[in-house]
Amino acid sequence: MTKKLFAVVTLMLAGFTMAGLVQAQAEEKAATLKIEKPWTRVTPPGAKVAAGFVTITNTGSEADRLVGATASLSKHVEVHEMSMKDGVMRMQEVADGIEIAPGATVVLQPGGYHMMFMELSASPKVGEPVKGTLKFAKAGELPIVFAVAPLGAKSLDGGGKMTDSQKKDEMDHGSHHMKH
Amino acid sequence: MAAGTLLSRIRLALWGLVAIAIFAAGALLLGNLQEAARQGASLPGAARLGGDFELVDHDGNAFSSQALKGKPHAIFFGFTHCPDICPTTLFEMTKHLDELGPKADTLKVLFVTVDPDRDTPEHLKTYLSAFDDRIVGLTGNEKQVASAIKAYRVFAEKVPTSDGDYTMNHTATVYLFDGKGTLASTLSWEEDENTRLAKLARLAERG
Repeated sequence: MTKKLFAVVTLMLAGFTMAGLVQAQAEEKAATLKIEKPWTRVTPPGAKVAAGFVTITNTGSEADRLVGATASLSKHVEVHEMSMKDGVMRMQEVADGIEIAPGATVVLQPGGYHMMFMELSASPKVGEPVKGTLKFAKAGELPIVFAVAPLGAKSLDGGGKMTDSQKKDEMDHGSHHMKH
Repeated sequence: MAAGTLLSRIRLALWGLVAIAIFAAGALLLGNLQEAARQGASLPGAARLGGDFELVDHDGNAFSSQALKGKPHAIFFGFTHCPDICPTTLFEMTKHLDELGPKADTLKVLFVTVDPDRDTPEHLKTYLSAFDDRIVGLTGNEKQVASAIKAYRVFAEKVPTSDGDYTMNHTATVYLFDGKGTLASTLSWEEDENTRLAKLARLAERG
């Protein structure tokens, strides 16, 4: 009986240690990615989808890939690329994720790469930042907070009508560097 | 010998007349083109675009192309499960209509869904409530929408997403038609805001 208990405790300890190691490794990798200005915008009423944007810089020496994301008000999120050619808008899921080479900055912005928030449970509201995560192939899942820009905004800083509360919101949550 | 000279003179005179006729015809054509350009010419191939359609507006009423006779209008295609270009185009259009104020009251602005399965009149009405109320949402049954898409030579295709759902690829150009039903201009997403506004203002004035 004592032996059994001892074995269980040992296994548990080993488990914790391993989890800790994995966590530490993920955090080490995360330190090489700079995540800036995660944002989304207000959608028209009844909209089932929204778009999320972010700027990611790889300050490390190893390439990583943005492979997915989550957002609290979306059932699931896909990474998409929008393109315009001859007046036709095309939307494509980026199946392998977006590569961020060492030293490179990838900007997810209107008209290009974006996170597609699918099956919204609620519309994003100005002044109510949206919690979420970014999933990287190597760095793992990193928590972020999407600031909310007004309807029709083309960037977080401009293009839409910004209210004071939103500017504050952006200052509080918009630029969110990963430091571990 | 004398007869030969006379003949060649006549021939020369006739050729001269031909040259004058060609010149006159050319000048006349050029004049017409310039006149057309001054009045705001239609685009090449314009006559082939557009046509009759029978759709349903966002209040659930029948809306046919007959309602556009004699009215300058802007028409563009999209869908509400569209994260970027459709809400942005609607937002920009709202801003322009706002800037034009009552001048834009002569304009009809139509947003036609390429996704009638999901975009019911009720859903379009809710969605469009965030935008200028002069924008009319149009949907219909699959056949009706397909025939409108064909008439306007718009590209639209379903693209499956990994969750088993779908999104749409579609033409995002806004077509501007004058009161005669001729394509007068287009608006594009990449274009400068002031250019778009000027084009809409011109269309409203031109009627």
